[in-house]
Amino acid sequence: MRTFRVDLHTHTVLSPCGDLEMSPVNIVKKAKERGIDIIGISDHNSTLHAPLVKKLAAKEGIVVMMGAEVTTKEEVHCLCFFETEDNLAVFQKYLENHLPHIPNDSDKFGYQVVVNEEEEILKEVEWLLISAISQSIDQLEKKVHELNGLFIPAHINKMRDSIISQLGFIPPNLNVDALELTRHISKEAFLKKNAYLKDKTFIKSSDAHCIDLVGDVYTEFLMDEASFKEVKMALRNEEGRMVDF
Amino acid sequence: MKVSDIVEKLGLKVCSGKQGLNKEIEGGYTSDLLSDVMGNADADQVWVTLQTHKNIMAIASLKELAAVILVKGYEPEEDAAEQSNEEGIPILSSEEEAFELTGKLYKLISDE
Repeated sequence: MRTFRVDLHTHTVLSPCGDLEMSPVNIVKKAKERGIDIIGISDHNSTLHAPLVKKLAAKEGIVVMMGAEVTTKEEVHCLCFFETEDNLAVFQKYLENHLPHIPNDSDKFGYQVVVNEEEEILKEVEWLLISAISQSIDQLEKKVHELNGLFIPAHINKMRDSIISQLGFIPPNLNVDALELTRHISKEAFLKKNAYLKDKTFIKSSDAHCIDLVGDVYTEFLMDEASFKEVKMALRNEEGRMVDF
Repeated sequence: MKVSDIVEKLGLKVCSGKQGLNKEIEGGYTSDLLSDVMGNADADQVWVTLQTHKNIMAIASLKELAAVILVKGYEPEEDAAEQSNEEGIPILSSEEEAFELTGKLYKLISDE
Protein backbone atom coordinates (compact mmCIF):
# COMPACT_ATOMS: atom_id res chain seq x y z
CA MET A 1 0.00 0.00 0.00
CA ARG A 2 1.09 3.54 -0.62
CA THR A 3 -0.11 7.10 -0.62
CA PHE A 4 -1.94 8.47 -3.66
CA ARG A 5 -2.74 12.10 -4.43
CA VAL A 6 -6.43 12.42 -5.22
CA ASP A 7 -8.17 15.57 -6.50
CA LEU A 8 -11.83 14.72 -7.12
CA HIS A 9 -13.17 18.09 -8.24
CA THR A 10 -12.19 19.53 -11.62
CA HIS A 11 -14.18 21.50 -14.19
CA THR A 12 -13.37 21.40 -17.88
CA VAL A 13 -14.18 23.91 -20.59
CA LEU A 14 -17.60 22.23 -20.79
CA SER A 15 -18.65 24.01 -17.58
CA PRO A 16 -19.70 27.55 -18.50
CA CYS A 17 -17.49 28.87 -15.71
CA GLY A 18 -14.59 26.62 -16.77
CA ASP A 19 -11.72 28.52 -18.38
CA LEU A 20 -11.21 28.03 -22.13
CA GLU A 21 -7.78 26.54 -21.38
CA MET A 22 -9.42 23.69 -19.44
CA SER A 23 -9.27 21.21 -22.30
CA PRO A 24 -8.89 17.51 -21.53
CA VAL A 25 -5.34 17.60 -22.95
CA ASN A 26 -4.25 20.54 -20.76
CA ILE A 27 -5.88 19.15 -17.62
CA VAL A 28 -4.03 15.84 -17.97
CA LYS A 29 -0.75 17.67 -18.61
CA LYS A 30 -1.15 19.81 -15.49
CA ALA A 31 -2.26 16.87 -13.32
CA LYS A 32 0.88 15.00 -14.42
CA GLU A 33 3.06 18.00 -13.60
CA ARG A 34 1.54 18.21 -10.11
CA GLY A 35 1.97 14.50 -9.42
CA ILE A 36 -1.76 13.80 -9.14
CA ASP A 37 -2.59 10.07 -9.23
CA ILE A 38 -6.37 10.26 -9.45
CA ILE A 39 -8.40 13.13 -10.84
CA GLY A 40 -12.17 13.55 -10.72
CA ILE A 41 -13.85 15.19 -13.71
CA SER A 42 -16.92 16.97 -12.43
CA ASP A 43 -18.48 19.47 -14.80
CA HIS A 44 -21.74 21.15 -13.82
CA ASN A 45 -24.64 18.78 -14.62
CA SER A 46 -22.79 17.01 -17.44
CA THR A 47 -20.45 14.04 -17.78
CA LEU A 48 -19.65 14.51 -21.46
CA HIS A 49 -15.92 15.28 -21.11
CA ALA A 50 -15.06 12.58 -18.59
CA PRO A 51 -14.46 9.64 -20.97
CA LEU A 52 -11.98 11.62 -23.12
CA VAL A 53 -10.02 12.81 -20.07
CA LYS A 54 -9.96 9.20 -18.86
CA LYS A 55 -8.55 7.99 -22.16
CA LEU A 56 -5.85 10.69 -22.31
CA ALA A 57 -4.95 10.34 -18.62
CA ALA A 58 -4.49 6.58 -18.93
CA LYS A 59 -1.50 7.19 -21.24
CA GLU A 60 0.13 9.17 -18.42
CA GLY A 61 -0.69 6.64 -15.71
CA ILE A 62 -3.34 8.88 -14.15
CA VAL A 63 -6.69 7.39 -13.16
CA VAL A 64 -9.85 9.40 -13.84
CA MET A 65 -13.01 9.25 -11.75
CA MET A 66 -15.77 10.02 -14.26
CA GLY A 67 -18.72 12.04 -13.08
CA ALA A 68 -20.33 15.42 -12.64
CA GLU A 69 -21.06 18.11 -10.08
CA VAL A 70 -24.83 18.03 -9.98
CA THR A 71 -27.04 20.90 -8.76
CA THR A 72 -30.11 19.43 -7.04
CA LYS A 73 -33.45 21.22 -6.94
CA GLU A 74 -32.53 22.56 -3.49
CA GLU A 75 -29.45 24.09 -5.22
CA VAL A 76 -27.06 21.78 -3.42
CA HIS A 77 -23.90 20.89 -5.37
CA CYS A 78 -22.99 17.19 -5.21
CA LEU A 79 -20.09 15.29 -6.75
CA CYS A 80 -21.21 12.02 -8.38
CA PHE A 81 -18.79 9.45 -9.83
CA PHE A 82 -19.23 6.22 -11.78
CA GLU A 83 -16.91 3.36 -12.54
CA THR A 84 -18.11 2.30 -15.98
CA GLU A 85 -18.90 4.26 -19.11
CA ASP A 86 -22.20 2.38 -19.33
CA ASN A 87 -23.37 3.66 -15.96
CA LEU A 88 -21.98 7.09 -16.77
CA ALA A 89 -24.11 7.13 -19.94
CA VAL A 90 -27.23 6.15 -18.00
CA PHE A 91 -26.51 8.97 -15.56
CA GLN A 92 -25.93 11.44 -18.42
CA LYS A 93 -29.38 10.56 -19.76
CA TYR A 94 -30.86 11.14 -16.27
CA LEU A 95 -29.22 14.59 -16.13
CA GLU A 96 -30.50 15.51 -19.60
CA ASN A 97 -34.02 14.40 -18.67
CA HIS A 98 -34.05 16.61 -15.58
CA LEU A 99 -32.16 19.73 -16.72
CA PRO A 100 -34.50 22.66 -17.42
CA HIS A 101 -34.48 23.95 -20.97
CA ILE A 102 -32.98 27.37 -20.31
CA PRO A 103 -30.70 28.38 -23.20
CA ASN A 104 -27.11 29.25 -22.28
CA ASP A 105 -26.11 32.84 -22.98
CA SER A 106 -22.39 32.37 -23.56
CA ASP A 107 -21.69 36.12 -23.20
CA LYS A 108 -23.05 36.06 -19.67
CA PHE A 109 -22.19 32.58 -18.45
CA GLY A 110 -19.38 31.35 -20.71
CA TYR A 111 -19.05 28.68 -23.37
CA GLN A 112 -20.26 25.10 -22.87
CA VAL A 113 -18.25 23.15 -25.41
CA VAL A 114 -17.22 19.54 -25.89
CA VAL A 115 -13.82 19.22 -27.57
CA ASN A 116 -11.73 16.36 -28.92
CA GLU A 117 -8.10 15.36 -28.46
CA GLU A 118 -7.06 17.96 -31.03
CA GLU A 119 -8.97 20.61 -29.09
CA GLU A 120 -11.46 21.04 -31.91
CA ILE A 121 -14.99 21.88 -30.83
CA LEU A 122 -17.29 18.90 -31.41
CA LYS A 123 -20.44 20.40 -30.01
CA GLU A 124 -21.85 23.24 -27.98
CA VAL A 125 -24.30 22.25 -25.24
CA GLU A 126 -27.49 24.26 -25.69
CA TRP A 127 -29.08 24.29 -22.22
CA LEU A 128 -27.51 26.21 -19.35
CA LEU A 129 -25.59 23.68 -17.27
CA ILE A 130 -25.49 25.69 -14.03
CA SER A 131 -29.28 25.48 -13.55
CA ALA A 132 -30.70 23.23 -10.85
CA ILE A 133 -32.05 19.89 -12.10
CA SER A 134 -35.61 19.01 -11.12
CA GLN A 135 -34.57 16.17 -8.79
CA SER A 136 -34.21 16.41 -5.01
CA ILE A 137 -30.99 15.55 -3.22
CA ASP A 138 -32.62 12.34 -1.94
CA GLN A 139 -33.64 11.31 -5.46
CA LEU A 140 -30.14 12.07 -6.77
CA GLU A 141 -28.45 10.08 -4.01
CA LYS A 142 -30.68 7.06 -4.79
CA LYS A 143 -29.94 7.29 -8.51
CA VAL A 144 -26.17 7.51 -7.98
CA HIS A 145 -26.12 4.49 -5.67
CA GLU A 146 -28.42 2.50 -7.97
CA LEU A 147 -25.65 2.90 -10.55
CA ASN A 148 -22.98 1.87 -8.00
CA GLY A 149 -21.62 5.39 -7.95
CA LEU A 150 -20.10 7.60 -5.30
CA PHE A 151 -22.09 10.48 -3.85
CA ILE A 152 -20.18 13.34 -2.22
CA PRO A 153 -21.84 16.68 -1.30
CA ALA A 154 -19.42 19.38 -2.52
CA HIS A 155 -17.74 22.24 -0.62
CA ILE A 156 -20.08 21.79 2.33
CA ASN A 157 -18.50 24.60 4.35
CA LYS A 158 -19.35 27.22 1.68
CA MET A 159 -22.23 29.50 2.54
CA ARG A 160 -23.73 29.12 -0.92
CA ASP A 161 -24.52 26.15 -3.18
CA SER A 162 -23.73 23.73 -0.38
CA ILE A 163 -25.82 21.20 1.51
CA ILE A 164 -25.33 23.20 4.71
CA SER A 165 -26.20 26.60 3.20
CA GLN A 166 -29.30 25.20 1.49
CA LEU A 167 -30.56 22.64 3.99
CA GLY A 168 -29.08 23.94 7.24
CA PHE A 169 -27.41 20.65 8.16
CA ILE A 170 -26.72 17.21 6.66
CA PRO A 171 -29.93 15.15 6.87
CA PRO A 172 -29.06 12.17 9.10
CA ASN A 173 -30.61 9.62 6.73
CA LEU A 174 -28.75 10.83 3.63
CA ASN A 175 -26.28 8.19 2.45
CA VAL A 176 -23.07 10.07 1.64
CA ASP A 177 -19.79 8.39 0.67
CA ALA A 178 -17.81 11.41 1.84
CA LEU A 179 -18.11 15.15 2.36
CA GLU A 180 -15.95 17.69 0.54
CA LEU A 181 -14.40 20.73 2.24
CA THR A 182 -12.86 23.71 0.46
CA ARG A 183 -9.21 24.66 0.72
CA HIS A 184 -10.17 27.43 3.15
CA ILE A 185 -10.90 25.33 6.24
CA SER A 186 -9.26 22.48 8.11
CA LYS A 187 -11.22 19.38 9.02
CA GLU A 188 -10.52 20.12 12.70
CA ALA A 189 -11.88 23.68 12.48
CA PHE A 190 -14.95 22.46 10.60
CA LEU A 191 -15.68 19.69 13.10
CA LYS A 192 -15.41 22.09 16.00
CA LYS A 193 -18.63 23.69 14.76
CA ASN A 194 -20.14 20.51 13.29
CA ALA A 195 -19.32 17.77 15.77
CA TYR A 196 -22.27 15.67 14.58
CA LEU A 197 -20.26 14.88 11.44
CA LYS A 198 -17.19 13.51 13.20
CA ASP A 199 -17.66 9.97 11.89
CA LYS A 200 -17.85 11.03 8.23
CA THR A 201 -15.05 10.79 5.70
CA PHE A 202 -13.78 14.16 4.47
CA ILE A 203 -11.92 15.04 1.30
CA LYS A 204 -10.46 18.26 -0.03
CA SER A 205 -10.20 19.07 -3.70
CA SER A 206 -9.14 21.90 -5.96
CA ASP A 207 -12.53 22.69 -7.56
CA ALA A 208 -10.29 23.96 -10.37
CA HIS A 209 -11.91 26.17 -12.99
CA CYS A 210 -8.59 27.38 -14.44
CA ILE A 211 -5.49 25.46 -15.42
CA ASP A 212 -3.19 26.74 -12.67
CA LEU A 213 -5.47 25.30 -9.98
CA VAL A 214 -5.65 21.73 -11.35
CA GLY A 215 -4.35 19.46 -8.60
CA ASP A 216 -3.52 22.51 -6.48
CA VAL A 217 -5.47 20.96 -3.60
CA TYR A 218 -5.67 17.20 -3.15
CA THR A 219 -6.38 14.57 -0.51
CA GLU A 220 -3.98 11.76 0.33
CA PHE A 221 -5.45 8.27 0.07
CA LEU A 222 -3.72 5.17 1.41
CA MET A 223 -4.52 2.36 -1.03
CA ASP A 224 -3.19 -0.68 -2.84
CA GLU A 225 -3.55 0.86 -6.30
CA ALA A 226 -5.20 3.78 -8.04
CA SER A 227 -8.67 2.55 -9.00
CA PHE A 228 -12.35 3.34 -8.50
CA LYS A 229 -12.76 0.28 -6.24
CA GLU A 230 -9.82 1.24 -4.04
CA VAL A 231 -11.12 4.82 -3.72
CA LYS A 232 -14.47 3.44 -2.60
CA MET A 233 -12.74 1.22 -0.04
CA ALA A 234 -10.62 4.09 1.27
CA LEU A 235 -13.69 6.32 1.68
CA ARG A 236 -15.24 3.52 3.75
CA ASN A 237 -12.07 2.82 5.69
CA GLU A 238 -12.03 -0.81 4.55
CA GLU A 239 -9.16 -3.30 4.86
CA GLY A 240 -6.58 -0.76 5.88
CA ARG A 241 -7.41 1.70 3.10
CA MET A 242 -8.00 5.21 4.37
CA VAL A 243 -8.26 8.88 3.58
CA ASP A 244 -6.22 11.79 4.89
CA PHE A 245 -4.68 9.68 7.66
CA MET B 1 -53.79 36.07 14.67
CA LYS B 2 -53.89 32.28 14.40
CA VAL B 3 -52.53 30.01 11.67
CA SER B 4 -56.15 29.11 10.82
CA ASP B 5 -56.91 32.81 10.17
CA ILE B 6 -54.22 33.11 7.48
CA VAL B 7 -55.31 29.79 5.96
CA GLU B 8 -58.76 31.25 5.53
CA LYS B 9 -57.79 34.77 4.47
CA LEU B 10 -55.09 33.74 1.99
CA GLY B 11 -56.84 30.62 0.70
CA LEU B 12 -54.02 28.28 1.70
CA LYS B 13 -54.09 24.53 1.39
CA VAL B 14 -53.33 22.63 4.61
CA CYS B 15 -50.91 19.86 3.57
CA SER B 16 -50.13 18.47 7.03
CA GLY B 17 -49.93 19.22 10.75
CA LYS B 18 -53.61 20.16 11.10
CA GLN B 19 -53.50 19.99 14.90
CA GLY B 20 -51.28 23.10 14.92
CA LEU B 21 -53.78 25.37 13.16
CA ASN B 22 -54.72 27.14 16.38
CA LYS B 23 -51.13 28.36 16.99
CA GLU B 24 -50.69 32.11 17.40
CA ILE B 25 -48.53 33.93 14.84
CA GLU B 26 -45.95 36.58 15.69
CA GLY B 27 -44.72 37.82 12.30
CA GLY B 28 -43.02 35.95 9.48
CA TYR B 29 -39.77 35.20 7.69
CA THR B 30 -39.18 34.58 3.97
CA SER B 31 -36.05 32.71 2.85
CA ASP B 32 -35.01 29.62 0.91
CA LEU B 33 -31.68 29.11 2.63
CA LEU B 34 -32.27 26.88 5.61
CA SER B 35 -28.99 27.98 7.17
CA ASP B 36 -30.29 31.56 7.06
CA VAL B 37 -33.63 30.61 8.61
CA MET B 38 -31.83 28.73 11.35
CA GLY B 39 -29.84 31.88 12.14
CA ASN B 40 -32.54 34.52 11.75
CA ALA B 41 -36.13 33.32 12.12
CA ASP B 42 -37.84 33.84 15.48
CA ALA B 43 -40.24 31.64 17.41
CA ASP B 44 -43.94 31.78 16.43
CA GLN B 45 -43.21 33.20 12.97
CA VAL B 46 -44.62 31.74 9.78
CA TRP B 47 -41.91 30.84 7.29
CA VAL B 48 -42.41 31.31 3.55
CA THR B 49 -40.19 29.12 1.33
CA LEU B 50 -39.99 27.00 -1.81
CA GLN B 51 -37.92 24.28 -0.13
CA THR B 52 -39.83 21.04 0.39
CA HIS B 53 -37.11 18.84 1.91
CA LYS B 54 -37.63 17.11 5.26
CA ASN B 55 -35.05 19.45 6.81
CA ILE B 56 -37.59 22.31 6.73
CA MET B 57 -39.45 20.52 9.54
CA ALA B 58 -36.31 20.01 11.61
CA ILE B 59 -35.68 23.74 11.42
CA ALA B 60 -39.32 24.70 12.01
CA SER B 61 -39.28 22.51 15.10
CA LEU B 62 -35.91 23.77 16.37
CA LYS B 63 -36.97 27.40 15.94
CA GLU B 64 -40.52 26.72 17.23
CA LEU B 65 -42.10 28.30 14.17
CA ALA B 66 -45.89 28.56 13.93
CA ALA B 67 -46.15 27.16 10.39
CA VAL B 68 -44.35 26.72 7.07
CA ILE B 69 -45.93 28.06 3.87
CA LEU B 70 -44.76 26.59 0.58
CA VAL B 71 -45.16 28.84 -2.47
CA LYS B 72 -46.08 28.20 -6.14
CA GLY B 73 -48.34 25.27 -5.23
CA TYR B 74 -45.44 23.15 -3.98
CA GLU B 75 -46.20 20.17 -1.74
CA PRO B 76 -43.95 18.89 1.05
CA GLU B 77 -41.97 15.70 0.48
CA GLU B 78 -43.60 12.72 2.15
CA ASP B 79 -41.21 12.50 5.10
CA ALA B 80 -41.55 16.25 5.69
CA ALA B 81 -45.34 15.91 5.88
CA GLU B 82 -44.98 12.97 8.28
CA GLN B 83 -42.82 14.98 10.65
CA SER B 84 -45.22 17.93 10.38
CA ASN B 85 -48.06 15.64 11.48
CA GLU B 86 -46.00 14.25 14.34
CA GLU B 87 -44.97 17.66 15.64
CA GLY B 88 -48.16 19.55 14.95
CA ILE B 89 -46.44 22.30 12.99
CA PRO B 90 -48.59 22.85 9.89
CA ILE B 91 -47.21 22.89 6.36
CA LEU B 92 -49.45 25.07 4.19
CA SER B 93 -49.30 25.64 0.46
CA SER B 94 -50.09 28.70 -1.62
CA GLU B 95 -50.52 28.93 -5.39
CA GLU B 96 -48.83 32.33 -5.27
CA GLU B 97 -45.16 33.23 -5.56
CA ALA B 98 -43.11 34.30 -2.54
CA PHE B 99 -43.29 38.02 -3.43
CA GLU B 100 -47.09 38.24 -3.57
CA LEU B 101 -47.68 35.92 -0.66
CA THR B 102 -45.19 37.68 1.62
CA GLY B 103 -46.75 41.04 0.75
CA LYS B 104 -50.25 39.89 1.64
CA LEU B 105 -49.06 38.16 4.78
CA TYR B 106 -47.18 41.25 5.91
CA LYS B 107 -50.25 43.40 5.43
CA LEU B 108 -52.50 40.96 7.31
CA ILE B 109 -50.17 40.65 10.27
CA SER B 110 -49.22 44.33 10.52
CA ASP B 111 -52.86 45.51 10.16
CA GLU B 112 -53.89 43.41 13.10
